[in-house]
Amino acid sequence: MTIRWTRVAIYGVLSLFALLYLMPIYVLAVTGLKSFQEVRLEQMWDLPSGLRFDSFRDAYRALDTNLMNSFKMVIPATIISCMLGSINGYVLTKWRFRGSNLLFFLLLYGMFIPYQSVLIPLVKTLQQLHVYGSLWGLVVTHVIYGIPITTLIFRNYYTNIPTELVEAAKMDGASIFGIYTRVIFPLSLPGFVVVAIWQFTSIWNDFLFAVTVTSNPGIQPATVALNNMAGSFIVEWNVQMAGALIAALPTLIVYIVLGRFFVRGLMAGALRG
Amino acid sequence: MSLRLRWLLLSTALLATLALGAACGDDNEAKPGALSGKLEIFSWWTTGGEAAGLQKLFDIYGTTCSKDVNVVNSTVAGGGGAAARQVLTTRMLGNDPPGSFQVHMGHELTDTWVTQNYMEPLDTLFKDEGWSSIFPKGVIDIVSYDGKPYSVPVNIHRANVLWYNKAVFTSNNLQPPKTLAEFFTVADALKAKGITPLALGDVEAFASVQLMETTLMGKLGAEGYKGLWTGATDWKSQQVTDALTTYKKMLDYVNSDHSSLTWDQANDLVISGKAAMTIMGDWLEGDMKAKKFTNFGWLPAPGTAGMYDALSDTFGLPKKAPNRDAVMCWLKVVGSKAGQEAFNPLKGSICARTDCDPKLFDEYLQSAMTDWKKDTIVPSLAHGAAAKQGWLTEISDAVTAFVANKDAATLQSRLATSCKTAGVCK
Amino acid sequence: MNINGRRLLNLVTSEQAVAVALIVPSVIAVGVFVYGFIGWSAVVSVSRWDNVRPDYAYVGLDNFRDLFNNFRFQIDIRNTVVFTTFFVAACLGIGFVLAALLDRRVRGEGLFRSIFLLPMAVSFIVTGVVWRWLLAPRAGVNILPEKVGLPAGAYGWYTDPNVLYVHADSRLGDALHTIGLGFLADPNYGIPLAMISVVIAATWQASGFVMVMYLAGLRAIPDELRDAARVDGASEMQILRHVSLPLLRPVTLSAMIILGHQSLKIFDLVMSMSRRGPGFATDVPALFMFETTFQGNHFSHGAAISILMLLAVSLLVIPYLFWSLRREARL
Repeated sequence: MTIRWTRVAIYGVLSLFALLYLMPIYVLAVTGLKSFQEVRLEQMWDLPSGLRFDSFRDAYRALDTNLMNSFKMVIPATIISCMLGSINGYVLTKWRFRGSNLLFFLLLYGMFIPYQSVLIPLVKTLQQLHVYGSLWGLVVTHVIYGIPITTLIFRNYYTNIPTELVEAAKMDGASIFGIYTRVIFPLSLPGFVVVAIWQFTSIWNDFLFAVTVTSNPGIQPATVALNNMAGSFIVEWNVQMAGALIAALPTLIVYIVLGRFFVRGLMAGALRG
Repeated sequence: MSLRLRWLLLSTALLATLALGAACGDDNEAKPGALSGKLEIFSWWTTGGEAAGLQKLFDIYGTTCSKDVNVVNSTVAGGGGAAARQVLTTRMLGNDPPGSFQVHMGHELTDTWVTQNYMEPLDTLFKDEGWSSIFPKGVIDIVSYDGKPYSVPVNIHRANVLWYNKAVFTSNNLQPPKTLAEFFTVADALKAKGITPLALGDVEAFASVQLMETTLMGKLGAEGYKGLWTGATDWKSQQVTDALTTYKKMLDYVNSDHSSLTWDQANDLVISGKAAMTIMGDWLEGDMKAKKFTNFGWLPAPGTAGMYDALSDTFGLPKKAPNRDAVMCWLKVVGSKAGQEAFNPLKGSICARTDCDPKLFDEYLQSAMTDWKKDTIVPSLAHGAAAKQGWLTEISDAVTAFVANKDAATLQSRLATSCKTAGVCK
Repeated sequence: MNINGRRLLNLVTSEQAVAVALIVPSVIAVGVFVYGFIGWSAVVSVSRWDNVRPDYAYVGLDNFRDLFNNFRFQIDIRNTVVFTTFFVAACLGIGFVLAALLDRRVRGEGLFRSIFLLPMAVSFIVTGVVWRWLLAPRAGVNILPEKVGLPAGAYGWYTDPNVLYVHADSRLGDALHTIGLGFLADPNYGIPLAMISVVIAATWQASGFVMVMYLAGLRAIPDELRDAARVDGASEMQILRHVSLPLLRPVTLSAMIILGHQSLKIFDLVMSMSRRGPGFATDVPALFMFETTFQGNHFSHGAAISILMLLAVSLLVIPYLFWSLRREARL
């Protein structure tokens, strides 16, 4: 009998938390389905009077180019981030040299800077590289500022790959590239999943760099367009919430579909510290 | 294997370089002769009447200036321009100015951009268009520096307006207050009935700064208030102390959750009758319309009758603006009768020009136009006319602390210090 | 070719050199985009740059002195400490509890896990807006009880201007005074209650991630260890406390670093949820930096705030990194 009570308690607590965690999503969804007149703070919890997808339609119409822009920017950035992180992690764990730990430390530290403080020199540097104002500028920005976390994740992950495997490959005469393609890369899937999910989410949700690096509304990612839907004075909350849900869909899907691989990747040591 | 990988890396690098090369090159070069190329207009007018009005200006540009110019509507929403200012500043520092940008008249324009040498003077433009006799002298003075105008005002908003729910007043047998004394009598009566006298929404700090501004106007009068911004009025004087005490008293009649509401959410309280009044600029009328509420009235904020607390959105010419000729034509459109008559009814403001046709405007705006002709123009603090940005942010911080701790003495000394730091007071 | 030449050639073409070359691009990129920019910030932080036109004239540590004397910055320091402490503790606590529960072979684990991870998918800006509504005193969770016939809640949440602190005239205040720590009896050393609301929103967003880290960590503990303890008669709670938790220390530390540095930089959430809050109760350095730089045009002050934020992060991160790298070297 005692065991049954514990199970009840477990499911009970989990369900309670699940409800709490879903509460904000409920508000988002319900507000998105309302008309502008119905959107009042006091009626926040009320279900909409009818299922009106107008807000979603308006939001999607306003956001659709920008959603494409987000994809066009996030996918290359994530792929390049993953590759860079993987190579860095590989070099720092399997090809250590004098000072490689210090180098890692210096790379990692870059993760901790407040991004507001680098906006002005960032713009100037991107202008020198001729990528300011374009999506490639954002790709470059996100790839570079993603180097610390992606290197960290892969480095932690590769530390768990036994050196014997590498040694064996070296004895077989494999080159540095050969070892990577033959030994490391095939084992890297969980690491790639963790990094890809993390980077996809951070880059997709970034606002600060997006609004600073791109100025042409036709080029800007969804986060900026979503913010602009707010209006500077009068906010159409129903459209904004609908827009927020739409803009969050890709990352939501990523987490729902790939969540299990995320856990597996973490279990394989990607962020064990 | 390794050879294949090396080839892969090389080709990726090659592709990347090609892609970067494609990203190069800009299309800002205007062809010599006729107006063409790109014209980038930067503002924070992203939705509603503002966006609609802006679009009308673009349409007029297309018909009067050139169909071949690609007008790019560059906007960043948020907090009455806060996010936009960040983007604008970063771009100007990065030598990437837009063709023209929205900026408030007064010290926001002058001290941020003009004195720092980022703008071209527009005296020739004003002369050619004959604007010195069409814009009120007060306005031309505010947009000028060293005798030369630096931007073209497209509208005038009024910040010292008291809006009230007519039904609340009639059902409680009260008259909307004209003076500060009347305000407190009415407020006491309302509070006794459980109605919030004054709705305030200051998630965005400007709302409480604006409330202090109208109180200062009410107690110091037009000249006293104007003197605060030139060093003529002593911030440490008894008059200012009285004004701040009045401001403190006003805050006793405000809804307790004001720091969770935006100004338009505070307006919901007035519309629903939970609150009776709110003091806000006349863009609030647009909010009433959007929420389809008509049973409201308006008065100048208590004690400020005869004063027009003005703010204006203006457009200037940045030095090194791309496609300069296209920008000049834009400025002409912005300052033209047709342009302002098309923009302002939609925006919910009155023309900066004195010759717009009143019949195009609604009841409130017509009364505002009448007031504009006879009232004393005073510059708004909260909206960049009276004080430069650096000073305004310090005032804003002091006010935020005050609204929570009600320490008027500290507020007054901080305001006095900030005047000195700003270089205006001795 | 002589001996030295061949040595050099070997060095240049050796695999080790290739390895170094592979990592050089990242080093250069980070060198410019991180350290170069930090250097620029440092230069600006000791300059006179106070308007839109850059002015690099050197003024020593004046800006830092101004900041420490600024009442808003003092409040920001307090808020950062409070937020970081509560946020990290809440995420670790809730993340661990959820992971421990999910580790018990629960049916629908995938569903629960997805639900708890969902908040991570949403951007901080959206989180801020939704929680501003949820914790608005006039709406949100306060009116939920009305739906089931109970009276509405009346708490101010993030509009609550109160700060919990030791009053100078209380007994604790006297005690502090006698040991020379009387200055601690001040609101600047208290807990701003409005900040709790921001902690709730941030925890909602980040705890799912911590839960997943702990879950992975728990699953990585060999079953034999836990089975052995069970055989010895230990209860599940005891196993959790004495077997699992110690083995999860690296996870806890990693999580603390990731959460800690995020909380020191927090901006988007506060900007979209509560802004500065009543009497700056929810103000944070990043928000102050943003406003003072881009609204007030006080660039040198803004840069000084960034440098101080960096120093604060370094205090947190550098010891951890040294400890972690040294531990690895020992293994």
